[in-house]
Amino acid sequence: MTENPVEIRWHGRGGQGAKTACLLLADAAFSSGKYVQGFPEYGPERMGAPVTAYNRISDTRCTVHSNIYGPDYVIVVDETLLASVDVTHGLSEQGAIVVNTSRSPEEIRPLLNGYAGQVCTIDARRISEETLGKNFPNTPMLAAAVKVSGVVAPERFIADMEASFQHKFAHKPQVIAGNMDALTKSMQEVRFG
Amino acid sequence: MAKRDRLSGNEAVAYAMRQIDPDVMGAFPITPSTEIPQYFAQYVADGLVHTEYVTVESEHSSMSTCIGAEAAGARAVTATSSCGLALMWELLYVAASYRLPVTLACVNRALTGPININNDHSDSMGARDTGWIQIYAENNQEAYDNYLQAMPIGENPAVRLPVMVCQDGFITSHAVENIELCEDAEVKAFVGEYHPEHYLLKHENPLAVGPYGISPYYMEAKVGQAEAMKAAKQAILDVGRRFGEMTGRSYGFFEAYRLEDAELAVVLIGSSAGTARACVDALREQGRKAGMLKLRVFRPFPFEEIAAALSHCKAIAILDKCESFSAAGGPLGAEVRAALYGCKERPIAVNYVYGLGGRDFRVEDCETIFHALEECAATGETGAPYRHIGQRG
Amino acid sequence: MKKAENIHETSVWQELTPGCEIYEPGTAYQFSTGEWRTVTPAWNPDKCKQCLLCTPYCPDSAIPVRDGRRDDFDFDHCKGCGVCVKVCPFKAIRLGKEGA
Repeated sequence: MTENPVEIRWHGRGGQGAKTACLLLADAAFSSGKYVQGFPEYGPERMGAPVTAYNRISDTRCTVHSNIYGPDYVIVVDETLLASVDVTHGLSEQGAIVVNTSRSPEEIRPLLNGYAGQVCTIDARRISEETLGKNFPNTPMLAAAVKVSGVVAPERFIADMEASFQHKFAHKPQVIAGNMDALTKSMQEVRFG
Repeated sequence: MAKRDRLSGNEAVAYAMRQIDPDVMGAFPITPSTEIPQYFAQYVADGLVHTEYVTVESEHSSMSTCIGAEAAGARAVTATSSCGLALMWELLYVAASYRLPVTLACVNRALTGPININNDHSDSMGARDTGWIQIYAENNQEAYDNYLQAMPIGENPAVRLPVMVCQDGFITSHAVENIELCEDAEVKAFVGEYHPEHYLLKHENPLAVGPYGISPYYMEAKVGQAEAMKAAKQAILDVGRRFGEMTGRSYGFFEAYRLEDAELAVVLIGSSAGTARACVDALREQGRKAGMLKLRVFRPFPFEEIAAALSHCKAIAILDKCESFSAAGGPLGAEVRAALYGCKERPIAVNYVYGLGGRDFRVEDCETIFHALEECAATGETGAPYRHIGQRG
Repeated sequence: MKKAENIHETSVWQELTPGCEIYEPGTAYQFSTGEWRTVTPAWNPDKCKQCLLCTPYCPDSAIPVRDGRRDDFDFDHCKGCGVCVKVCPFKAIRLGKEGA
């Protein structure tokens, strides 16, 4: 019998990189010795359409291959989804939701259909624009997801991501520092409500 | 030495292809199998393989490419899904009847309509009678492992049949999970080189392939093909055992999970087996005798072996991720029930059609099925033998 | 290696090759289609100018050519279709009744 995996659900819009962030989280957890699942829920792939992606992270292989209905954590990459998608559906009250917004957790909580668990916010747009020069929210959102969920130790995560960026951006090393800044800044700035 | 990694099902198959370095690939994209030729094209561009990568204008042509290449003496591969497989239809029969061991990575997807890109088994189940060996995977690891075993099975001179290596679209193909990969040299040694005795480019021995077979010959040719499929059973077991010696992961026709003393069991194919496994574990913790038979090889169909594994159960549910519109159930249901017919003692059997067009199959759905089986076992009544689960209404 | 001449309409299934492959060239030669003929071309060497137009037209390769000159028909394979009669510019071939 396996222990229950940590289950994470990502909400984003097509083109924002929610799926990529989900796969990067799987990568990071894998690098720290975990068993991982990272998978998107596929529909028509249209820029701006709501998309969902999932992670299961555990110490033994999880064989369940259904979607996730009772996540421990929910990560919302685009604040405008709060108005159209029931993002806290099934979310564990012992868990948390992380929303990409410039607003505080106290301002966001009333928008969450009475969710009583922890509400966290991160201004991923601003961090991304400051560190990467453009709005790529998925890198800071990934760091916020790691910080809030604790599925990977922060130091380990930073070290692994640096190695991974060095590999991924070998042909344009000038972007590595910005991405690393985005990660560390995001981990410092997550606001816990 | 195994290498630990994390890959999606499509990445795993493309990786296996790179390690095998086939002579020819017929490449045409279709969701969700597109990533396989896409990743493989990168290997070709990087000079990591020697494969002749043939970009064609349709799946009909990609299978034709494979047939021509394989007849010429090359090892040929392709990948497809759904309507792509449907467009290959007549060529699937050609490859099998010419006894050309082409390897096809099938990433299972529903067929239209309504138009749908998500997973079920309608595509490969529709091709179940084309004469191809069909092997199904539960996850990325099995997709990789099965792919490495395809050629040693299909190219066996006693078999000489094409092999379809199937995995669930998106659920497996696009999900990143942990995987253990073999070393390149291990794969090369395991799969070996392809040296057919007869091939078109063997200039010292001219060959005619694909002759007209009039009535006095056609029946004999088909019996030969049927016998090859019977012979494939031993080849599958031998290769599965040899693979186990290399990796520690042995394979047979199916996996019997907590089935030996099970009173209730589900029979199913593909990624849902992982979900059913979690359900069986939960029921066992409650002291209920639940089990699972996960079918890996659908063609050849392990008729006697399935009967032997299931005959002791009180009630079983056969789960088809495919509707065959027979008004009596799905293809797996029909064949498993046929297998049980010869048993003196046999379980009550019900057939569920589930998971069509990407409809999710949850642990709770599996529990619902086991509850229904408990009722069958308690009352001795089959009830409706053909049911659907997961739909509204 | 299985010879084509040893595969015939009384062969049991075990005697067929996988995929009905044929392991030698030109096995059509072994099949005597001349037996199908109901009318027969007759070649008149005196009228023939050896232009060789008939040869490539013959669907059954039944007009043998040696040293650049045609010879009489290969009646084991000529089906009597008459194409050669039509294409001959010199009326050097005529169709007659089989056996006449």
